Amino acid sequence: MLKDREEVLKAVDKPASLGPDLEIKDYIREAKALYSCPVSSLPKEIADQSLKVGIRTDEKDRIGTYFQIDHSVVFQGFQKAFEGKIELMSTTEAIKKYDWLKDYWWKLIPANMDKYTALSELNWDHGYFIRVLENQKIMFPLQACLFISTNGLNQNVHNVVIIEPNSEAQIITGCTVHPNVQRGLHVGITEFYLKKGAKLTFTMIHNWAQNFDARPRTAVLLEDDATFVNNYICLKPVKSLQTYPVAYCKGSNSKARFNSIIFGVGNSNIDLGAKIVLQGPRSKGEVITHAIASDSSQIYSRGLLIGEHSDSKAHLECRGLLVSDRAFIHAIPELIGKVSGTELSHEAAVGKIAEEQIRYLMARGFSEAEARSLIVRGFMDVTIFGLPDALRDEMRRIVDETAKGVL
Amino acid sequence: MSSLSIENLSVEVNGKRILEGVNLAIPKGEVHVLFGPNASGKTSLLMTILGFPNYKVVSGEIWFNGVNITNMSTDERVRLGIGVAFQNPPAIRGVKLADILHNFLKSEPEAKKKEIELCETLNFTEDFLSRDLNLCFSGGEVKRSELLQILAQKPSFIMLDEPDSGVDVENLGVIGKVINDFLKERSGLLITHLGYILRYVKADKAHVLIEGKVACSGKPIKILDQILKEGYGWCEKCLKIEKKC
Ligand SMILES: Nc1ncnc2c1ncn2[C@@H]1O[C@H](COP(=O)(O)OP(=O)(O)OP(=O)(O)O)[C@@H](O)[C@H]1O
Ligand SMILES: [Mg+2]
Repeated sequence: MLKDREEVLKAVDKPASLGPDLEIKDYIREAKALYSCPVSSLPKEIADQSLKVGIRTDEKDRIGTYFQIDHSVVFQGFQKAFEGKIELMSTTEAIKKYDWLKDYWWKLIPANMDKYTALSELNWDHGYFIRVLENQKIMFPLQACLFISTNGLNQNVHNVVIIEPNSEAQIITGCTVHPNVQRGLHVGITEFYLKKGAKLTFTMIHNWAQNFDARPRTAVLLEDDATFVNNYICLKPVKSLQTYPVAYCKGSNSKARFNSIIFGVGNSNIDLGAKIVLQGPRSKGEVITHAIASDSSQIYSRGLLIGEHSDSKAHLECRGLLVSDRAFIHAIPELIGKVSGTELSHEAAVGKIAEEQIRYLMARGFSEAEARSLIVRGFMDVTIFGLPDALRDEMRRIVDETAKGVL
Repeated sequence: MSSLSIENLSVEVNGKRILEGVNLAIPKGEVHVLFGPNASGKTSLLMTILGFPNYKVVSGEIWFNGVNITNMSTDERVRLGIGVAFQNPPAIRGVKLADILHNFLKSEPEAKKKEIELCETLNFTEDFLSRDLNLCFSGGEVKRSELLQILAQKPSFIMLDEPDSGVDVENLGVIGKVINDFLKERSGLLITHLGYILRYVKADKAHVLIEGKVACSGKPIKILDQILKEGYGWCEKCLKIEKKC
């Protein structure tokens, strides 16, 4: 056991401080074991669902792939040319292989934080280990898919990403379900370690189902001159989603940025936060959230910036768009300055579509409905992510496709 | 036949009367100018012609190419061939100038090429098309972007609300030429305070709007000279004379 079991056991009934409390026993733990296979030979419905979350089973423009279905790792591998430059395998395998991995395990997130962290320690179902070795610039994305194909299942993954000094990488993680899956619980622990001068763009897309719950737990540690960009997209229905990733900008000149585009549909209850702790000199942070609430969805959009160094700076921007009178958005931007000299600011705006904007577009020949949907689509514009062109266009296609379905 | 004809139009915004018994006819092929002091109702008249819902028509009618458009929705009017360049267009995050051009040009072959040509015509580089609409546009960029959209739309009647204000000399030349070319064989209604645009565009008639009423009409250059010389005090007198008779 990697953690003091006593401590973890004490947390099994401990509700998270945010989000609706879930009854763990309502989910099943039994999943059929699946054999590994080439990722290109996965059934069409799995390939199609994956594509919607940015995972290409044809591996076009991807350097490596980790594919987990339920509790089984069905594929892991990367292009030969990257041998000795990257490592990609399940964390269960990595833990056996590397004794030192325990120094990266539950080091940023306490295993006894809440019942979900405890659950994933006690019932750990793999997850991915990605390591980019020193001085490597990996210009195409690595991809990881966490897929659920059994209705009602609980899946607990624990991922570790290490970007060694002066390396650069892009990772796309897609989390989704088989069309037959209506309910279930996904718990994802992800610990990111960005060493000196490392740069990571991490893009995560979630496509859950109407009665599905998700509790990701994410933390990032940035050393000197490291840059972390986190992009999060969630546009499909989900019963409840609660996550509050945190980045510790420990190194000097380290930068963290969280960009999110979320669309609340149906009865979705989404509680999305982002926290940046500025600890190093000249550390910087930015949080940008665009949240759209339709139908009877409820969105809590949180942001917390903590300035602990006298030469640090961060900004938080939360824009909320209400497109239904039954929907609800609660923006909670928080700033904590612990030393003079830290510069923290925020901007939050929640409202409905401005009448003036609709009229303007109608004066350009759009019908009122077209104008509204154009404005909502604009609100989901992925250019806020600042992604490389190819990836940006891919994300835009994904958002446009999904938006077509929900608008 | 008139391109646009306004008959005895009175309009309220939030219960406040802002236009009073306006009559105006713009024959096909003619360009008219609308003068008037700040807050006299010029922009409101354009908004009413466009059918913006908060401009409530309390009496009168608006006809366009022989069709009574008084109760039509804005997009229907626009599809009949009304184009507008706004004085203060709103910024719309995430919506690109390109989205609007695509919509106007969707049925045209080589739409992309056309878009690039239009950009060149108005002194824009192509990357301007992917900017968020009116967000952080400079004053002059706003005016040119409004015009760019009209060029893509190709309406038969255009309304330009102060296309020349805040535009530098060089861009005034660009805008002036573009408007003048575009207005050949078309009709238009032009709002200008200082009349710079009239150096490039030949207008047929001018009207002066004072406190929501058309105070007088006449030759554009003559009226402009008078306004520049004496201000609107002269016009207000004129209105009183009319009232007395
Ligand atoms: N939507 C609105 N809500 C409230 N008041 C309005 C609205 N639109 C116009 N008004 C008022 O109506 C009057 C006329 O405004 P309008 O914008 O038409 O003037 P204008 O002649 O275009 O002035 P300017 O030369 O300054 O552009 C003003 O007092 C203005 O405040
Ligand atoms: Mg005006």
